[in-house]
Amino acid sequence: MSILDVKNLTTRFHTRNGVVTAVDDVSFSVDKGEILGIVGESGSGKSVSCYSLLGLIPMPPGNIESGVALFEGRDLLAMSESELRAVRGDDIAMIFQDPMTSLNPFLTIGEQLIEPLIYHRGIKRAAAKARAIELMEETGIVNAQGRFNAYPHEFSGGMRQRVMIAMALINEPKLLIADEPTTALDVTIQKQILELIADLQKRRDLAVIFISHDLGVVRHLADRVVVMKEGKVVEQNVTESIFENPQDQYTQDLLDAIPSGEKVNEDLRGDEILIEVSGLTTEFLDRNTGKPFKAVDDVSFNIQHNEILGLVGESGSGKSTIGRSILQLVEPSSGSVLFRGEELLGQSAKQLKPIRRRMQMIFQDPYASLNPRMTVYDTLAEPLLYHNVATRGTIDAHVLELMDDVGLARSAVKKYPHEFSGGQRQRIAIGRAIATKPEFIVADEPVSALDVTIQKQILELIMNLVAKHNLTMLFVSHDLSVVRSLCDRVLVLQYGKIVEIGETESLWSSSKEDYTQKLMAAVHTL
Amino acid sequence: MIRFTIMRLLQAIPVLFTVITVTFFLIRQAPGGPFDAEKPVIPAVKRALEAKYNLDQPIFQQYLSYFGDLFKGDMGPSFKYPGWQVEDLIMSGLPITAELAFYALLVALVIGVLAGCVAALKPNSPQDYIPMSLAMIGICFPTFLLGPLLVLIFGFGLNLVPVSGWGDLPGDKILPSITLGAAYAAYVARLTRGGMLEVLNQDYIRTARAKGLPEWVVICKHALRGGLIPTVSFLGPAFAGLLAGSFVVETIFQIPGLGRFYVQAAFNRDYTMILGTTIFLSTLIVVFNLLSDLLATWLNPRLRQQYSGGGS
Repeated sequence: MSILDVKNLTTRFHTRNGVVTAVDDVSFSVDKGEILGIVGESGSGKSVSCYSLLGLIPMPPGNIESGVALFEGRDLLAMSESELRAVRGDDIAMIFQDPMTSLNPFLTIGEQLIEPLIYHRGIKRAAAKARAIELMEETGIVNAQGRFNAYPHEFSGGMRQRVMIAMALINEPKLLIADEPTTALDVTIQKQILELIADLQKRRDLAVIFISHDLGVVRHLADRVVVMKEGKVVEQNVTESIFENPQDQYTQDLLDAIPSGEKVNEDLRGDEILIEVSGLTTEFLDRNTGKPFKAVDDVSFNIQHNEILGLVGESGSGKSTIGRSILQLVEPSSGSVLFRGEELLGQSAKQLKPIRRRMQMIFQDPYASLNPRMTVYDTLAEPLLYHNVATRGTIDAHVLELMDDVGLARSAVKKYPHEFSGGQRQRIAIGRAIATKPEFIVADEPVSALDVTIQKQILELIMNLVAKHNLTMLFVSHDLSVVRSLCDRVLVLQYGKIVEIGETESLWSSSKEDYTQKLMAAVHTL
Repeated sequence: MIRFTIMRLLQAIPVLFTVITVTFFLIRQAPGGPFDAEKPVIPAVKRALEAKYNLDQPIFQQYLSYFGDLFKGDMGPSFKYPGWQVEDLIMSGLPITAELAFYALLVALVIGVLAGCVAALKPNSPQDYIPMSLAMIGICFPTFLLGPLLVLIFGFGLNLVPVSGWGDLPGDKILPSITLGAAYAAYVARLTRGGMLEVLNQDYIRTARAKGLPEWVVICKHALRGGLIPTVSFLGPAFAGLLAGSFVVETIFQIPGLGRFYVQAAFNRDYTMILGTTIFLSTLIVVFNLLSDLLATWLNPRLRQQYSGGGS
């Protein structure tokens, strides 16, 4: 017996640049007590289709062109705004991707928790508070009574998502829509939240729509799966069949794009040591307490010539700071960083200039790391001219060669970043990093912001460039599957300290450290 | 919070010192002096007057003794209002001007916040364009035009409200308050619209809607608090500006406030009066800026706790 039955839903956005069909003739249904996974890459319409059902897309420019969505026999799409409002947050509740921004920073957790009870059920504040505290406890928030009047910023990301879940469940909804609820969380936290959702779902016999780009998570959790691409449903089936026997080529491509298993590229390591880090400590001022804290705490390791060293850890473990400290983009408090035997700490900007040419960085977010007012040509030409790698006469040839290297069409050289997709932008960013023919590159989460199929292409590009240009790389990532498929050695970091460093496969097969094992166990592989 | 306040007050000292010094020497560079009238004064009388007000001493000596008096709370005698101390003159007009500025600020807030919210709810629609165009006109429209126009329409035309005075007839405070507040209402509307637009795009507003809250709760409880922060930061400078900018309105409506002192003092080269009003205004600006910053900080729970946790 299906609780929600969506037929032929089409949603369009009428923008200045034309009409975009975000959801195109989509049909699916959810049974009582079932978890339906909706997977797809960004822009596939998976979120918009669910937001359309609840009238949560901005209208205009959005418009639901056609479709029927029967929820317990009543058509959600035909309801008036006030009828729909009575359903939202009562019979159908939602949790969102980013618990950092989804809670109102100006109101206490308690105030936000009890709102659904007050406005839907007319329950008095005192009774609502008691119920909220009950649910906070059920969702695993310790000291619920004491934290009822705390503000969101006093909670960690995982705890905030627990608050969101408690808030969604407070009116005992029949359907829960979870939009990428674990994407913004660290793997170990992600695992806890997924277990919590699964547990609450079973206990309440709840119907759940679980929207995610992470196929590993969906396989682990969902009963049935809908695969979406460019607004259309390409395939839907029970979870087993989707993953074991995909019928559609796109589903197959998605599955193939996920790195699984051992290192695929050649081990190119030489004997020489390129980078020698010893006793590296980097301190920052804690904005909340005004006291310094050690983001990187007495860290020592070497990077061999032509090695890809993976640096893994959860958010706040200091992995990005290590990369930046090596490149002298932040100033370490103490320790030493030797590049080919030459000390980098304490050098002036002028002394560092020739070394900067030989050490480059690729950043996580290709949307934010490229200057929107510079064409690709300007972006690529700037470091070449600054470091005198090319002259005004030879610059054109150099830039075009770089375009070839990173797999971009030469004709695109005069375009601006916004005219490119995320994957193409990351190619530009990589092109900029390798422009000066560096020996060492820090890649800080270079594929985290990208969809899996794009991620696969960028990883292949990185592997090719590493081989072609004899690069040595520090590969910073929170994604253990990616690190395993790419890196020669792996360094595990926690609270700014090294937990463990070792050969990739030996770490995977026989790590002695609890934390490493916990990290690996938290990953949902296919 | 206390440390923050003390820091800001300490920062105000060099600001005020610079303002006083620059003003002191600048006004003496202007041609003419306090005792140059159309009818020439007999040189002996002028000398006697200058001696009485210490104007015959070297300028640096005057500067030092002015500072000495200022620390004792003495802003000196007015040159043009014999027998009056500058601080007494300021205080005599202040209550009226402060009341006028307060009402004007109320007008600005009520109209501005409402218009800004209405506009932000449906951006790029007539509901946005109409109040925002009016706001633009409000900013461009000079007070000396708006005042007489309102008098003409509502005073003489419709006979609804008195056309001048302050506190003599019922309702005579309405037109001056609106006239003075109009331009500020326009600023407040634009700030509110900007703030609200930003907040309404936040994820937590989507959460509030997903909870099925009535729209007025979403707007008034979830959005307004964050959306008004730019407006709150503007309140301080706005109030100081209203106090200082009341001259035109006070003249139009014949209100015995503070405004006339500023302008007349400048025309009359009433050195002590110019300095007194400048110091008074600068202090107001510093204090009200601080107050609105404190209020904006207090509105944000994160900053509130940060400051109270960090040393108050």
